Amino acid sequence: MTNVGDSDRLLGLLTEGREEFTGQWVRSVTSTLAGRLPAAEVQQDLHELYPALLDALRSGGLATRDESYGEVRSLLTELSRNRARQGFSPTETAFSVLSLKDVLEPALTAGEDVRAYLQLARVLDDLGLYTIEVHAKTREEIISAQAEQLLELSTPVVKLWEGVVGVPLVGTLDSARTQVVMEKLLQSLLDLNATHAIVDITGVPAVDTQVAQHLLKTVVAARMMGAECVISGIRPQIAQTIVALGIEFGDITTKATLADALRHALDRIEARGPVEIGGLL
Amino acid sequence: MSERVPILKIGDVLLVSIQFDLEDQMVMDLQEDLSQRIVDTGAHGVVIDISALEIVDSFVGRMLASTAAISRVLGAETVVVGMRPAVAMTLVELGLSLGGVRTALNLEQGIGELRRSRRNGPVPR
Amino acid sequence: MTSSSQPVEESDAQESPITGNGDVVKARQAVRALAQQARLSLVDQTKLVTAASELARNTLSYGGGGTMRVSIVTRAGTTGVKAVFSDQGPGIPDVDLALTDGWSSGRGMGLGLSGARRLADEFTLESAPGRGTTVSVVKWAR
Repeated sequence: MTNVGDSDRLLGLLTEGREEFTGQWVRSVTSTLAGRLPAAEVQQDLHELYPALLDALRSGGLATRDESYGEVRSLLTELSRNRARQGFSPTETAFSVLSLKDVLEPALTAGEDVRAYLQLARVLDDLGLYTIEVHAKTREEIISAQAEQLLELSTPVVKLWEGVVGVPLVGTLDSARTQVVMEKLLQSLLDLNATHAIVDITGVPAVDTQVAQHLLKTVVAARMMGAECVISGIRPQIAQTIVALGIEFGDITTKATLADALRHALDRIEARGPVEIGGLL
Repeated sequence: MSERVPILKIGDVLLVSIQFDLEDQMVMDLQEDLSQRIVDTGAHGVVIDISALEIVDSFVGRMLASTAAISRVLGAETVVVGMRPAVAMTLVELGLSLGGVRTALNLEQGIGELRRSRRNGPVPR
Repeated sequence: MTSSSQPVEESDAQESPITGNGDVVKARQAVRALAQQARLSLVDQTKLVTAASELARNTLSYGGGGTMRVSIVTRAGTTGVKAVFSDQGPGIPDVDLALTDGWSSGRGMGLGLSGARRLADEFTLESAPGRGTTVSVVKWAR
């Protein structure tokens, strides 16, 4: 249980030196960020944070996990998120909070002020850790958003001919990516009324059992929808790995190059003849 | 439950379009009705349109496979058309590949498929 | 990031009986509604609903009927849908065998349990002879 009375001295100090401390705080933070963030922005952030911190100390004492720190936390969340997006390190972000300690230090006079300083240090350490946490979380979000964008970028489905679609796969295939490729490919079969699909793996560095499994599933799914799927771009090394691993490609058509696969698809389309439904009805 | 899936006849093709989520009993009724209609009409082809189905589980999958087999015995070729991509991916994961069932992207392709299979030799009776 | 060590919170739970043929369709609809609410991708929705359909039918055919409890779950900021099927039926004598592809104690192709396990992200099965069966599946939004 925190006794609110305990932090009276600290609160007094902070309220008294309000203008001075805020000014010094802004200068201290701006100098560590080495001009990479406009002083005006730092000033705005800290001028909001300081009174919020005072309010929180007044009503909640030193219990930073308390509801009274809600405002401080939401300001810090925003600050940390912005810093993370702007590319500042976790240290630089946490310093925005921790540097208030250095600002207060010269103002200490009597021995009893040490206690107030320690109290402030405790509060700021907590809040500093909180900014690091938010910073890390924001970076994580950015990374996963980028991974998703990459996923979208790297799997275009292209129409190669009337009734033939192709997917040039580039890079490593994992299950998340394969699911996206499969979905896109299968949807394009419907959208483009394509009876043939070619998955070109020229740009895939390695085929292991799992990748082969994914490719097989794609082919089977396409077949169930009523389309034929050919795998092309199998380089000699990959053919060797496939045989060495004992992967069964079953009755799936594979071709060495995309050109071969396209020729194969066009031959098949020609052999089937045009879709004429009039005579049957 | 007397609700039944309608079976339409166009020329010598029977068309079944499944428009809503089927209860198991309706699935079984459909299989029975369809066999009867093939015998009654002497149809040579059956098209089952599942483009409205949001899921196909192993029960419906099995029905499609056995319907194809039964129709073949009765002298009609079955084509399942319009399977959604998400359904196809789910069936693969489920371990069902519908081997022995002809499939086509849509109704038009499906009827083309039937026509080709007749041209390339009639289904043995 | 989904981490299995973090606590799972549950909300919007609803329970429905699986005692007749029409209940399998209702179970599918209930799962789909929550899967949409949890913003699962279309493919993941389809996988979960299919798994639920298999399990609901198992509950009906082998368990002699039971209940389904479906809820939205969250863990470390990730949302998912959980469906739990329980019955008071004869139970499964050999759980490992029951999870093998092609194993079947009655009608069906024996893809019910093993298929549902492949379709879900998490799968648990508790059963003992004479004490019924409880199967639960979870699918997480990506």
